Amino acid sequence: MLKFPIYFDNHATSPMDPRVLEAMLPYFTERFGNAASRNHKYGWEAEEAVEIARKQIADLIGASPKEIVFTSGATESDNLAIKGAAYMYREKGDHLITAVTEHKAVIDTCKRLEKEGFKVTYLPVRKDGLIDLDQLRAAITGKTTLVSIMAANNEIGVLQPIDEIGAIAREKGILFHTDAVQAVGKVPFDVNASNVHMASLTAHKIYGPKGVGALYVRRRNPRVLLTPGIDGGGHERGMRSGTLNVPGIVGFGKAAEICRLEMASEGARIGAMRDRLNQKLHEGLDELYINGSTEHRLPGNLNISFAYVEGESLLMGINDVAVSSGSACTSASLEPSYVLKALGAGDELAHSSIRFGLGRFNTDEEVDYVVAKLVSVVSKLREMSPLYEMVKDGVDLTKVEWSAH
Amino acid sequence: MAYSDKVVDHFNNPRNVGSLPKQDPTVGTGLVGAPECGDVMKLQVRVNPDTGVIDEAKFKTFGCGSAIASSSLATEWLKGKTVDQALAIKNTDIVAELALPPVKIHCSVLAEDAIKAAIADYKQKQEAGQAS
Repeated sequence: MLKFPIYFDNHATSPMDPRVLEAMLPYFTERFGNAASRNHKYGWEAEEAVEIARKQIADLIGASPKEIVFTSGATESDNLAIKGAAYMYREKGDHLITAVTEHKAVIDTCKRLEKEGFKVTYLPVRKDGLIDLDQLRAAITGKTTLVSIMAANNEIGVLQPIDEIGAIAREKGILFHTDAVQAVGKVPFDVNASNVHMASLTAHKIYGPKGVGALYVRRRNPRVLLTPGIDGGGHERGMRSGTLNVPGIVGFGKAAEICRLEMASEGARIGAMRDRLNQKLHEGLDELYINGSTEHRLPGNLNISFAYVEGESLLMGINDVAVSSGSACTSASLEPSYVLKALGAGDELAHSSIRFGLGRFNTDEEVDYVVAKLVSVVSKLREMSPLYEMVKDGVDLTKVEWSAH
Repeated sequence: MAYSDKVVDHFNNPRNVGSLPKQDPTVGTGLVGAPECGDVMKLQVRVNPDTGVIDEAKFKTFGCGSAIASSSLATEWLKGKTVDQALAIKNTDIVAELALPPVKIHCSVLAEDAIKAAIADYKQKQEAGQAS
């Protein structure tokens, strides 16, 4: 039995696993204590639950529990990592490096630091969406303190070469922060193997609750210090004050534990489902373009441009499927996806793109339904598309003088 | 974003999708917009040269649902109108009929531009035909 709308937007957020909810429920009611209350059982049991969760999350990424700082989510984690390190190490240098395809939580944090006098290099990406390691090396100066490159991209799902970036950072003596929100729990991620100094995590992308995230902050080799963004009671080793979201943290921990235990089999299952989606779409339609590397990619991600069909009209035609598009018409800014633009494939392919994010609760039956629907809607919209007609008549669209508006 | 019922109706049942022979002297073709902007409309009219009335109108549109609906509506309105009446169609009429939100007004502007471009093409062909 299919349930509509079919949810293929797991990069935006994921449904909560019922096992996670079950773990959380007592901490809303009978175990309501403040984890910072040291004088009674309510506080102790809350603290104990938080420490179990801290270990569950640390175990997922090969860290020590003491290196996990809880936050409200990945946006806060990105802000804390980048601003915290930039301010803490300002005397050492005022230069940061990131990439043009980073999440807005990283880009806009860097933009704010630029206004405050920091210098930021925004590395371009290659056609496959990955950064060029030689360009990274070349960008590092004696004033560079931090490089922030995401582990997996939220739109095109490509996996950046974080092992190599970590090695370069270690060699050059600079810090390496990675927004690992989309990668953790989906593909193996180990802070020591990749030489990561800081990593942003969030619960709601791994079938946990919204409103809770974490920042991994390395304590040894080297010990990373951060200037806190929020002042107060000195929680979380002074890096993030504020009463802990105990039920959220318990859920985050449970979600991390499930990912650790099931990642290998789940990744294979979701990857096979994504490949089925891709293969069946190619059987039914021509002129499809996959955005980003197919080799270095999250198992659940497929980002495809359906040439000559505009993304928002496509979403309207498949309104019983929840996906997202890089089309300008679907964004508040009326600009097409900056990530897809950065690949250099031309804005028209960005306008025609759909991001599929498959996850734990999707099925082959759903994939087959979505393929059938897309083949029919894309075919109909192409019948209606002047561009498709022109191309079939042998017109080179790049040679047409368009009246840009 | 929620679409008006009329936009949804035109999107699901577009009127007059198709193409007319471009070289026909009684056919005017307008092609407006640009792929990198996410909107391209092709609108064609066939005019009865004796009466000056538009007998047939066809469109093809690459664009969002509102762009498709705007051009579909435009072709409906064009049929039976004289060339001069067609030029009097304003984008604001389309906005009102389809209840387009502010962010979609450019779709109606593009439809008006497409009508004007198609009629200009027809007129040019007629003048060229008379001159030869």
